[in-house]
Amino acid sequence: MSFEIVFQNLALYLGGALTTVQLLMISLGLGLLLALPLAVLRSLGGWPSRIVWVYTYVFRGTPMLVQLFLIYYGLAQFEAVRESVLWPWLSSAWFCACLSFVLNTAAYTTEIIAGSIRALPAGEIEAAKSLGMSRWVMFRRIVLPQALRRALPAYSNEAIFMLQGTSLASIVTLMDITGAARQLNASHYIPFEAFITAAVFYLALTLVLVSLFNRAEARWLKPLMPR
Amino acid sequence: MLLHGFLPSLLEGAGVTLSVALASMTMAMLLGLAGALAKLSRSRTARGAAMVYTTLIRGVPDLVLMLLIFFGGQVAVNAAALALGHADYIDINPYLAGVLTIGFIFGAYLTEAFRGAFLAVPPGQREAGLAFGMSAWQVGWRITLPQMFRHALPGLANIWLVLIKSTAIVSVIGLSDLMTRGQQAAGTTREPFVFYLAVALIYLLFTSASELLFKFLQRRFSLGAQQGRL
Repeated sequence: MSFEIVFQNLALYLGGALTTVQLLMISLGLGLLLALPLAVLRSLGGWPSRIVWVYTYVFRGTPMLVQLFLIYYGLAQFEAVRESVLWPWLSSAWFCACLSFVLNTAAYTTEIIAGSIRALPAGEIEAAKSLGMSRWVMFRRIVLPQALRRALPAYSNEAIFMLQGTSLASIVTLMDITGAARQLNASHYIPFEAFITAAVFYLALTLVLVSLFNRAEARWLKPLMPR
Repeated sequence: MLLHGFLPSLLEGAGVTLSVALASMTMAMLLGLAGALAKLSRSRTARGAAMVYTTLIRGVPDLVLMLLIFFGGQVAVNAAALALGHADYIDINPYLAGVLTIGFIFGAYLTEAFRGAFLAVPPGQREAGLAFGMSAWQVGWRITLPQMFRHALPGLANIWLVLIKSTAIVSVIGLSDLMTRGQQAAGTTREPFVFYLAVALIYLLFTSASELLFKFLQRRFSLGAQQGRL
C-alpha cells in the first residue's frame, strides 16, 4: 500500500470534508428546528399528534437512500414540478440531499424529543402549573429546556448516525468525503488507500462530534445527575 | 397495468433484500455474541480487540466500509490468486461482499446490546447453576443465554430495523436487491416517483411487520418474568 497518491490529492479530501461538514450542519440545524414544534405537537396528543406520528413513522420506516431518490429522481417525473419556480432547487443534487437529510433527521429527532417530554417528572409540570404559568410559558421555560437537556445522549447518537448518513450524498454525485474517495478509486484504482483515508476522515469527525456532545452534556446535563 | 408489469421484478428484489438482511443479521449475531463475550472476558487482549472493533466500526459510514470491502477485497483476492499462480481475473460476488460488510458492521452494534444484556442477568442465576454442579458451558447454554436474550430483545429489534434499511446500499455495488429493481423499473418506464414510492412502501411493510413480530417475541420471552409496577 502506498498513500502517495492520496497525499497528492489531499485537497480533494479536504474539500470533501468541508462538504460533509456543511451537509451535516445544515441537516442537523434545520432538522432540529423542524423537530421542535413537531415534538411539542406530538407530545400534546389529539389529531395533530397522529399526523406527526404518520410522518415520523414513514420516514423512520424507510431507508434514507430511498427518500433521497424519491426527492431527487422521483419528483422530476411530474411536468408540474419541472415547470414550477422550485425546479432550479429541486433539480440540484445539493438541495435534494439536504432536503431528504433534514426530513429524515427531523423525524428521528421529533421522536427523541417527544419521548423525553413524556418522560419528564410529573412534579416539574405540576410545579409550573401551580405557579400559574400558561401552557406557552410552561413549554418555553420548563418543559423544553428540561426535555432538551435530557434528550442530549440520545440526540448525540442521532447526530453520529447523520454524519455517516451524509455519505449517501456521494451516490447522487456530490463530492463529499466518500465522493472524493470514490473518484480517487475510479481514476487510480487504489481502493484500500482511497477508502481507508475516507474512513480516517470520518473517524476524526466522529471523535470531534463525540467530544462536542460530551462538553454539552457536562454543561447542561451534569446538574441533573445524581451526585 | 399495475406498475407496468414490474411488480414481480420488485418482489423478487424484495426477496433478495430480505435474504441479505437475514444472512447479515445471522452473521452479526454471531459476531455480537463473540464480541460481548470478549468484552466481558478477563483477557485484556480480547477486551482491547473488541473495543477497537466496536469503536472503529461505529465511527465509519457503512457505505465507505462496503466500498472498501468490495473494491479492496477485489484487489486483495486477485493479488493473492496471482501469487498462487492463478492468472484469471476473479470477480467478488456482491452478495457475499454485502452480507460480510453489513454483518461485520452490525456485529459491532450487537456487541454492545449483548454486553448490556449479559450484565442484566442477575449473578445469582449463574451461581445457582454452578452450585448445581453444571459445567461453565452448561450454565451458559441453559441459564445465562436464554435469560440474556430477553434483555437483548429491545436492542435487537432496533438494530434489526436499522439493518434492514441499511441493506439498501448494497444496490451501489450492483446487487439486484429491491432498490436496484426499483431503479431499473424507474429508468425503463420514466416513472421514478411511482417506483421509488413502491419501493418505499415495501420497505415500510418489512419494518412494520418486523415491529409486530418483535412485540410478539418480547411477550413470548417475558412469560413468567415479574414486572415492577409503578
